[in-house]
Amino acid sequence: MAENELLQQMEKFQEEAIAALEKVKDESSLAQWRVMHLGKSAFISQIFTRLAEISKEDRPKIGQAANLVRNKLEAAINQRTEELKAKALAESLENEKIDVTLPGRQPHPGRLHPATQNMREILAVLSQIGFEIFRSPEVESDEYNFELLNIPAYHPARDMWDTFYTTDPNVLLRTHTSPGQIHAMHLFAPESIRVALPGMCYRYEQVSARSEIQFNQIELLAVGKNITFGDLKGTLQEFAFRMFGNNVRTRFRPSYFPFTEPSAEMDVECFLCGGKGCPMCKNSGWLEILGCGMVHPTVLRNGGYDPDVYSGYAAGMGPERITILRHYVEDIRYFWGNDIRFLEQF
Amino acid sequence: MNIPLSWLKDFIDIDLPLEELARVMTMAGLEVDEVELRGLMGPENDHHGFKFTGLSWPADKFVTAEILEVNQHPDADRLVLCQLNDGTGERTILTGAPNLFPYIGKGRLNPSVKVAYVREGAILYDGHKPGFELTKLKKTKIRGFETNSMVCSEKELGISEEHEGIIIFEADAPVGIPLADYIGDAVFVIDILPNMARNACIKGVAREVAAQLNIPMKKPQRHVKPEGKSIEGMCRIQINEPELNNRFMVGYAEGLKSQPSPAWVQRRLRAAGMRPINSIVDATNYVMLETGQPLHAFDYDTLLKRAGNQPPTIITRRAYQGEKLVTLDNIERDLDENMMLVTDQTGSLSIAGIMGGLESEIVPETTNVLLESAVWNFINIRKTASKLRLSSEAGYRNSRGVHPAIAQEACEQCLALMVEWSGGRVAPGFIDNYAKKVIDPVNRITLQDIQRVLGVEIPLEKAAELLQRLEFECTLENDGNVLKVKTPPHRLDIGEGVIGRADILEEIARLFGYDHIPTTRMEDELPPAYANKMISFEEKLKDVLVSLGLNEIITYRLTSPEREERLLGKPAPAYVRLANPISPERCVMRTNLNVCMMEIIEKNIRLSDHLEFFEVGPVFLPREGQQLPDEAYHLAIGITGKRYSESWDTHNKICMDYFDLKGIIEAVFEGLHVPNISYSPYVCDYLHPGKCAAIYSGEELLGVFGELHPAVRQKYDLLAAPILLLDLDLGKVEPLAERIYKVQSISPFPSILEDIAVVVDETVTADEVLAVIKQAGGKTLKSAELFDIFRSAQLGSGKKSLAYNLVYQSSEKTLTDKDASAIRSKIIKRLEQVLNAKLRS
Ligand SMILES: [Zn+2]
Repeated sequence: MAENELLQQMEKFQEEAIAALEKVKDESSLAQWRVMHLGKSAFISQIFTRLAEISKEDRPKIGQAANLVRNKLEAAINQRTEELKAKALAESLENEKIDVTLPGRQPHPGRLHPATQNMREILAVLSQIGFEIFRSPEVESDEYNFELLNIPAYHPARDMWDTFYTTDPNVLLRTHTSPGQIHAMHLFAPESIRVALPGMCYRYEQVSARSEIQFNQIELLAVGKNITFGDLKGTLQEFAFRMFGNNVRTRFRPSYFPFTEPSAEMDVECFLCGGKGCPMCKNSGWLEILGCGMVHPTVLRNGGYDPDVYSGYAAGMGPERITILRHYVEDIRYFWGNDIRFLEQF
Repeated sequence: MNIPLSWLKDFIDIDLPLEELARVMTMAGLEVDEVELRGLMGPENDHHGFKFTGLSWPADKFVTAEILEVNQHPDADRLVLCQLNDGTGERTILTGAPNLFPYIGKGRLNPSVKVAYVREGAILYDGHKPGFELTKLKKTKIRGFETNSMVCSEKELGISEEHEGIIIFEADAPVGIPLADYIGDAVFVIDILPNMARNACIKGVAREVAAQLNIPMKKPQRHVKPEGKSIEGMCRIQINEPELNNRFMVGYAEGLKSQPSPAWVQRRLRAAGMRPINSIVDATNYVMLETGQPLHAFDYDTLLKRAGNQPPTIITRRAYQGEKLVTLDNIERDLDENMMLVTDQTGSLSIAGIMGGLESEIVPETTNVLLESAVWNFINIRKTASKLRLSSEAGYRNSRGVHPAIAQEACEQCLALMVEWSGGRVAPGFIDNYAKKVIDPVNRITLQDIQRVLGVEIPLEKAAELLQRLEFECTLENDGNVLKVKTPPHRLDIGEGVIGRADILEEIARLFGYDHIPTTRMEDELPPAYANKMISFEEKLKDVLVSLGLNEIITYRLTSPEREERLLGKPAPAYVRLANPISPERCVMRTNLNVCMMEIIEKNIRLSDHLEFFEVGPVFLPREGQQLPDEAYHLAIGITGKRYSESWDTHNKICMDYFDLKGIIEAVFEGLHVPNISYSPYVCDYLHPGKCAAIYSGEELLGVFGELHPAVRQKYDLLAAPILLLDLDLGKVEPLAERIYKVQSISPFPSILEDIAVVVDETVTADEVLAVIKQAGGKTLKSAELFDIFRSAQLGSGKKSLAYNLVYQSSEKTLTDKDASAIRSKIIKRLEQVLNAKLRS
């Protein structure tokens, strides 16, 4: 065979092989192509096996050319293989595509009641400043709820509480957590006291969007030998900072509770409008948050402390009121109504 | 208490903006609920923290004017045309006011009629509509007459509900000045706290404001002096119960002729919330509002007649049981022996301190008045008023305490005003029975007292200066180390000893200003901590339940026996029962949390296809021989609905059942580290008898759970899904929770897994099978989980197959198949021996 003719045949073989490769669409045809064009019986492989038959002077040239063709075809099939893999992956990704805008499946998350969430936040702050939780009964004696707190029967101060009485005239539903003050004093005396008294209280009232027959209260009580009105202001200011934001302004104004003297109301700068005035603070810039005062000497004495030696302060607030303010709750009945549409929002 | 500014100005010279005055009052402890404008302009901006209501009268729109002539409208019977001078000139105006009709056709009037005149654009109340509705005065045409201004009634100006005629001023009223300058006022509505009863009067509020501002008090000028025959011998006063009536004094005025009080008096009474009646009654009310001392006027001629024309004896005494009196509101009152009466020899005259009797009441024809100024025990008055459900302005003050020293001043002032407004003369002197003197407490305080309680150093000289503003008599004693403080004779709220000192310290703090007391940190040592285990246990429990996907509810603790019966089948054996429930629906304290739970499930049942609720709270259980009930904290769980919520590709309709709840319960005990809990079949009235279990720790019953009984279901509005309920007594569970527990080591050696299935009798429980497997498997058996229960004809009736995944693992070595099959054989053998089980091939 003439040297030129062989070179031409190789060139033709290469052209035909490349053209055939372009038509290959899948893996099995790819394997077939490899057998046909790079396999043992392929034309180009035959050239190598029959190289001995070629004249000695033509041998290197033919061998070189055949090598070139084989390398080209190897490269071509490798490239084609990659192309087909990429294509297959692209196709399968395309097939797996989902509508990412479809809604997610609903988990069933558990939640604490908003009153508990708020109560925990307040109690956590109080615990940071040294007050531990103390619980006392909700059904109370007249003695603990009123008498021992310096509120004798028929005293005008009794008008401050609308009371649910039970069929036992000496037993009532506590109107405030303050009977806990006496219970705590009886337990702690003569040690000093720093307790937070949380819990449900009751008020004889028609239920409406603005008033409830049961509500939580949290009270603080500190009793010791060196406790002053200044400490009361300092502690409550610290509480307000931690609860409503650092450096929120507070204001104390005179008030009256039979079990404290002097008594005060603490207002906190409205955290909804920053004190500029809004409907929630009735445009005043202030929110009435808690009532407080120095424990009345009679109460200290009833608790087992000598009022000439010991002093103390007490403060009380309504946690639901804070939730109402913070979340613009329009109807106080939502709390104990337990409609999931309300509970789910906290 | 309503405080008209104009009246306050009789006692103090103040020229503060209204909102500033409201702030001063509030800082004195007189909380201002609202400021009701009656002509005066309100604050310019909103940012002051007080509620302003009522009407302002701008100076260019509301003026005083005079009517010079009144003529009939030619075409309308009920309208008149008036010639009016508003200070800028004469014009004709149209009105239908009937109180101008008498002037029709009288020509030029002398003196002219002084009126309130309002110009176009003014905002005022609509006189024709009920209530108080604002309207703007516009130009209109009435019967061919164009009008853009009007003369006003009191209602249109917002000072009373009177709209029968226009307001007519005294003849000497000025013309053409702003109406607000003439009669404009503002009323401060104040909450009088129980310790401030002394301030339920104009003078009291004035005194507090004067003290806050450190300005002097004035005395209103009264011009009438007593003259003629003295009161001596006109009556006798006998007090039977000095404890309940410590002072009773009377004064006398004669030759009175009752008539309408001066317009300014009527305006003040109305502003303060009282209805003017006539010049005699009004004087008693006026002085009560001003001084705080309730007064009562008797017709002296009636008393004389009752006493057979002898000087009467006034006796104050307890009512007889069953005695009756018709009060001046024409209601017959049933009295009892705890109630005090004012009587004469023939019978009762009035209910002491609260309301007069009809018979001795003064009438329009009364000319001679015996005026009572008396002081009563406020607790006793309070009991009487609440028993009779009788409230009055006098009763309000007498049931809060009035100092007896005020009685004489009030009596004097009232007689003077009666004569000033009704003619006649005041007899000199009083007949006074001051049966039990009030001794005004004297307290002594030191610098240490101030510092110990208030935490601020206020020198005693400064403290004295502050207290003197409130009329305390202060003297420094003991080289200036002790301040002696004598209570002024109008206060009953200052005690003695340590209480008196606290009372004085409060007054010092109030005047010093709470804002000026520095804020400090407590220096006192921290007290011992008594950790409250139950509360931290409950909080942990709530966290576990929330992590399991349950939602907390907090329900009403008040319910009714009927509501409890609905679930429980019968009411509880005993209840904490209210004496004064707001409704029969909420009349007892609950004894079972699931009653509330069911109501909340019922309420939410259509709002979600998956409900999981829990509540932690007390139930109230009365105990024999105990004054207060046990307040046992329980956990209730209520779940119902689909196990998996429906979504666009999930249509699994499986509902939660007994085992979903049991899984939660198991997870709770695990989460709280409560070991050795067992479950056994149980009967509970409201639960399905076949799907109900009791929870035990050893022999102790901790709680019960299961599916709601089908018969009970009928009583609720529910959907098809079963309702699962738990009731757990937390007081019994809390002590079982381990705070110290051992953690198992993790074995480095591989485990061997295998399944076994055994056939047992239906009567054998899963718990029994498991117990045998575990016991036989020993410590190498790491776990045994039931994964299938199978029944078939082939197994035979009364038989079931239970299949378990077993996991073997040693902490010492890698187990071989031989080791595993040894354990397996042991387990099977034990099952055969103990439960007569057969291995299922
Ligand atoms: Zn605000």
